[in-house]
Order: sequence, then structure tokens, then C-alpha cells
Amino acid sequence: MPLEAGGVRAAAPAVDPAHPLGVRVTHWLHTGLFVLLCVSGVAILLAHPRLYWGEVGNIETPSLVDLPLPTLLTGQSGWGRSLHFLSAWLFVFTGAGYVVPALRRGGIAAAAHYGWLQRRAYVGVVLGLAPAMVATGLAMSPALAAVWPWLVGGFGGQQSARTLHFAGACLLVLFAAGHVLMVWRAGFVRQMTAMTVGRPRRRVVAG
Amino acid sequence: MTLSRRRLLRYLLGAGTGAAGLAGGAAAANRLGWIPPDHGGLFGLGETLTYASHRLLLSGGAHAREFTRADISRSAPVNGNPPPGEDYGRLEAGGFADWRLRVDGLVARPASLSLDDLRHRFPRRSQITHLACEEGWSYIAEWTGVPLASVLAQVGVLPQARYVVVFSMDPEWWDSLDLAEAWHGQTLLADGMNGAALDTGHGAPLRLRVPRQLGYKSIKYLARLTLTDSLAPFGAGLGSVSPELGYSWYAGI
Repeated sequence: MPLEAGGVRAAAPAVDPAHPLGVRVTHWLHTGLFVLLCVSGVAILLAHPRLYWGEVGNIETPSLVDLPLPTLLTGQSGWGRSLHFLSAWLFVFTGAGYVVPALRRGGIAAAAHYGWLQRRAYVGVVLGLAPAMVATGLAMSPALAAVWPWLVGGFGGQQSARTLHFAGACLLVLFAAGHVLMVWRAGFVRQMTAMTVGRPRRRVVAG
Repeated sequence: MTLSRRRLLRYLLGAGTGAAGLAGGAAAANRLGWIPPDHGGLFGLGETLTYASHRLLLSGGAHAREFTRADISRSAPVNGNPPPGEDYGRLEAGGFADWRLRVDGLVARPASLSLDDLRHRFPRRSQITHLACEEGWSYIAEWTGVPLASVLAQVGVLPQARYVVVFSMDPEWWDSLDLAEAWHGQTLLADGMNGAALDTGHGAPLRLRVPRQLGYKSIKYLARLTLTDSLAPFGAGLGSVSPELGYSWYAGI
């Protein structure tokens, strides 16, 4: 099954079909959950805003990166982690609810007006970066490190997995910023309407 | 809107199947003991999904990774202070000769164990494992002591027991383990660290080591273990002091 539309969709009509209800619902759920994941992720980081490479790292070892964040040892990481995991669980369920029907429909980023880079960015995020975030997140778990030691080893250790998880989060924030910018350029109100109520929209070349 | 009757029916059918699946899953998880004591509240769904999925994945008894002496970290930072009050200082000054670990609750033979008992009447085990603090930092060290399982076997756990409640000499700290974690071969009552007796900062004379969970589960300055069938009578009934402070009871994350 092709991930991207090929020649068939190139002859698409001037008006794209509306976003299916499932896409619209999962899009807005993902938007909310992504914001929660970012906020709670930062809350967790505030307990120890230093990143390391390898298996171990602590205040007495050299760091790879000292993040320009304050150190707050006032219990932000407790609710932070609980909210992060609840959001992550819901994100994975919602993600499955988006990806499986999308692949059955014929592709992620299948719209005819998407550019080459745009298609690759969407497919890369959905099938590359998002699963990598789950994998690096799971590799930080002491229990799952027991079940899948190769997962931790593959990332070069638990502290490396933590650092890669943060780097991946930065890439996702960049992607989200680019996504919002393109929506803005393509006509913010019309695009928001299309993603919310799903009315057929006019074909947008620049988007 | 393009929501046809057929599609609406399909969505409703999907939602119904999902809800029925969730209800069935919850009933099964409850029977298996896969619902954590802090399953209520805003984050309860996440706590339960994590705990239940880990109990399933760890049902084969997976072992935490063990490392070599070359991997032992040169620094092992200490979090927290020794127990307040005069009792701890007095015991420490006497080389913990008067210290005892009480084991009671749903056991056939309650016990009161000295350091000497733990060092000579039980099989000993050393393991080099990773300790990850919930804050994000970590170190690797060697811990030596008695597997909790050996002590549980000695006192005879009654069949209705479901949890081991672990009390520190510091009245502020207590926690609990399910029996799967308690019987696991790497769950250790450690009195030694990196080839020496456990020092004050790391929990002398005896601490718990649970290498498949975050550091805060490895309670220091142990005083008492109680076997119980319910966590409701302890503290706020959430299984440990951690959920009362906003942290998860299950720390395998």
C-alpha cells in the first residue's frame, strides 16, 4: 500500500474531498495531547535540567548539555510524569486511530496539493519521529529495560535515550511550528474550518 | 456535513465495542490484581494502564540488567537526610547492634532480625544494577544483601497476603510492593554497597533495592516489613507516601 499518493491523485479535482470525521477528531485530540506532553515534559525536566550521554549521569558527572531551565525540586515532576504518561497513552491510542484508517485510505499526506518536502515531513513524523519518541520514552523505564534490554542498548544507554527523547521533542515542536506557519499561509480561517467541520475546500497550491 | 447514517452506525458500533472492551479489560485486570492502589483521580487511568501493561510484560520475571565492576559509577549522589530524632543516632553509634528488622502481618512466623541474622542466617547476593532517580539522574553501583524472597520464605507468607508494606525508621517514609516484585530474585534487602557496609547517606543499616523501579521505591533505613491483603489501612490508602506527595505508587514507569 503506498504511503503517498502517486500519479493517480495527481489528476485530483480542483476541490479536495473533505477531511474525514476520524481525521478531524484525531487531529484535535493530538493537538491537545501534544500541548499536554510538552508542558508535562518540561515540568519533568525542571527537576534535573541536565542531559547526558551513555548509561548514567548525575550532578557529579560531566553533562552533555545544561539546559537553560531553572532547577525546581518542589515536586513538579510528580504530576508532570503522571500527566505525561496519561497523555502519552491517549496519544498512542489516538495515533493508532489515525494511522490505521489513513493507511487503509491510501496514505498519510495523500492530498494532491502537498509538495515533495511536505509529504516527506508528514510521513517522517507519523511513521518515524513519533514511534521514535515512544521507543526512547520506553527505554527510560527501569521495568521495560529489564524486558527489552536491547532497546536501551540500541540507544546507547538510559541517559542517551533521555537525551534523544528531548532532541526528538525539539524536532516535533519545530515541525508543529512549521505546520502552523503553512496553515497560516494557506489561509488560516479556511484551513481551520476544513479541519474542524470538514467542509470541502478549494484546492490550495501554496499550502 | 457528510455523516451518513451508515457511517454514524459504524462509529457508534466502534465506540460500543471499545467501551465493552475497556469494561471487560478492567474486570480482568481487577481479578489479576493489575489495578494499582492509586488508580483513582485525574491520572488514575494512566497509572492503571502503565501498571497493568508492565505486570503483563514482566510476568515472565524479567531481570533488570546487571553490569560489571568496571561500570560502577564513581559518584553516587545522596538524596534526603537520615531519620530525625535521637534513636537513629544512638543506633548508629552502637554499630546498629541494637537495630532489628521486624517482619509481621500475614505471616506464619513473625520475626525480628538483627544485622547479624541477615548476614549469617540467609543466602547472600551481590548485584551491580542501575539506579535511576525520578528526577532524571542515575548511577550504577554494587549492592550486597539478602533477597527479600529468602526472608519471605523464612517467615511463611500466608496465602491471602497481596502486598509487603515497607516502613523506614523515618516515620515520613513508607512504601509497598506487590508480591510479584517482592518475590523477584533481584529485590534485595541491602546492607552493603560497593564492597563496604551501607553508609548513612545511602540508608544504613539496611535499605530496600528494587532495580526494576525508580529510586524512590528503594526505601532506606528499614525498620519493619508487614504482609497485608489490603493497603487501605495504611496512610491515605494509596499504597505509599509517594502518591500523597503527587508521585506514582508504581515506579516501574
